[in-house]
Amino acid sequence: MELKAIRDGFGEELAELGKRESRVVVLSGDLEDSTKAAGFKKEFPLRFFNLGISEQDMIGTAAGMSREGFIPFACSFAVFLTNRAYDQIRITVCYNKANVKLVGSHAGISAGSDGATAQCLEDIAIMRALPNMTVICPADALEVKKAVRAAAEYIGPVYIRTARTASEVITKEETPFAIGKAVTLREGKDLAIIACGIMVPEALRAAVLLEKAGVDAAVINMATIKPLDKQAVVDAAKKCGCIVTAEEHQRNGGLGSAVAEALLASFPVPVEFVAVNDSFGESGEPEELLSKYGLKDVDIARAGASAVKRKKTC
Amino acid sequence: MQPDKKDIKELERKAGKFRIEILKMINKAGAGHPGGSLSCIDLLTALYFSKIKVFPGQPQSPARDRFIMSKGHASPALYTVLAEKGFFPKAELDRFRKLGALLQGHVHAAVPGVELSTGSLGQGLSFANGMALAAKLKGEKHMIYCMLGDGEMQEGQVWEAFLTSAHHELDNLCVILDANKVQQNGLVAEIKNIESVAGKLRQFGWKVEEIDGHDMVQILGALRGFGKEPGMPYFIKANTIKGKGVSFMELNPHWHGKAPNDKDLAAALLELEKWN
Repeated sequence: MELKAIRDGFGEELAELGKRESRVVVLSGDLEDSTKAAGFKKEFPLRFFNLGISEQDMIGTAAGMSREGFIPFACSFAVFLTNRAYDQIRITVCYNKANVKLVGSHAGISAGSDGATAQCLEDIAIMRALPNMTVICPADALEVKKAVRAAAEYIGPVYIRTARTASEVITKEETPFAIGKAVTLREGKDLAIIACGIMVPEALRAAVLLEKAGVDAAVINMATIKPLDKQAVVDAAKKCGCIVTAEEHQRNGGLGSAVAEALLASFPVPVEFVAVNDSFGESGEPEELLSKYGLKDVDIARAGASAVKRKKTC
Repeated sequence: MQPDKKDIKELERKAGKFRIEILKMINKAGAGHPGGSLSCIDLLTALYFSKIKVFPGQPQSPARDRFIMSKGHASPALYTVLAEKGFFPKAELDRFRKLGALLQGHVHAAVPGVELSTGSLGQGLSFANGMALAAKLKGEKHMIYCMLGDGEMQEGQVWEAFLTSAHHELDNLCVILDANKVQQNGLVAEIKNIESVAGKLRQFGWKVEEIDGHDMVQILGALRGFGKEPGMPYFIKANTIKGKGVSFMELNPHWHGKAPNDKDLAAALLELEKWN
């Protein structure tokens, strides 16, 4: 089992992308060592701009460069990028359809001991609320590379969410990736677990636990939260009859909400949500925090059992 | 070279005509921002009819100079100038703020000649910085202009952006501050004072010129000074009067965001026609 942080995969691919694509420029909010954009800085110092600790200005500057034909990647902690510079992202980037790629690291509670101010738990909700925005939360350090390449090719605003902690690499080189397409990693007929980010490996482990309890669970990697692969959600609901969503994010407004919206519009089935329950995080080791806030494989398995039970009583 | 007296007269005549168009537009729309449009119209007239290189037939020409209107509520002023330049038919001015119209209430990038949609204050200069950085990176020689309002200077992002422009030595960037002294609920000096702007900007590493923003000779003089200080961004503090040209609107916060009704318009036109 290979363990690697999603942010490390991002940093490697960004530097690779710089070699192939001269239009790529990188802007950093003085956190390139943490976001791993530093690899690009080393290779391409003239196309790298540390804009200092001023995220709002960084977003606007990135948009101005995009208007001149560059493909800017603006990188910081997810929380400073998306929460602090929200109106700049809304107006200067999304309303203006600027070809800016936002990459937020340290997303989720697994950011760890820096505590609540660094742990971003709202970014999926607020980014997916924006017109013209694409929201991607890759499952591992390999998938993030495909997401970076796809984002660079796509014309328009994209937000990519990365994690600080080392997590299991569960996709393979040949695993398909396309913006807006879910990938079924494990087939099952009793329950479908729809997950994103580092919750995808947790979901795969949960499926093993459920199998021991006699529940045949499918696992779907929903790397793109917007535009959501609604067909995949509805197909899973029709096939399995109940859903569990799993995300390292607030329950309000994230992947779970997006999935529930899709289901209610066309094929309602019981849904259980594994997410942070309307609270801030705190300091601790990533694994301790994931356990305390109910984001582990056992939590997903428990939610799965509830969903299956609800299906039977429906 | 000193500008010809005839050229100055012509610019003044144009600005006077734009004042009338601005008020008619806002009256017809039933909403809009007359005060901050009238304060910056002399600056825009001088910029667009004697300085800036634009190509109305090819609004996206890479050789064009860029202009970012950060104070997006002054859309009537920019729209009337762009229409006169021939970026779009003048008939569009009559549909300002109407459903489905080209001319949105705040400056909008769908309009030929507009670089950035604005309206949430404080965001334009960062974008202009990005354009200026990009021009440097590509070795392109066009210039970037950005107009700010003085109330807008209360937004923190503007000061982040001032640091960026100076740090990256963006000598291809010119900021024009429409310092009309009035914001929605009163005087800038009384609500949150921003002075001394010139002193602050010099401290921030900018080359600063301070002028009367209604005096064409001074405006042209300041614009001519741009591009002569290597390594330094250029700041024109234009002291203006909100609502300039209409006595009952001048320096009156009431006219920040209120449309003149037909009676107001008639009174204003009487003054403006006399003034011209």
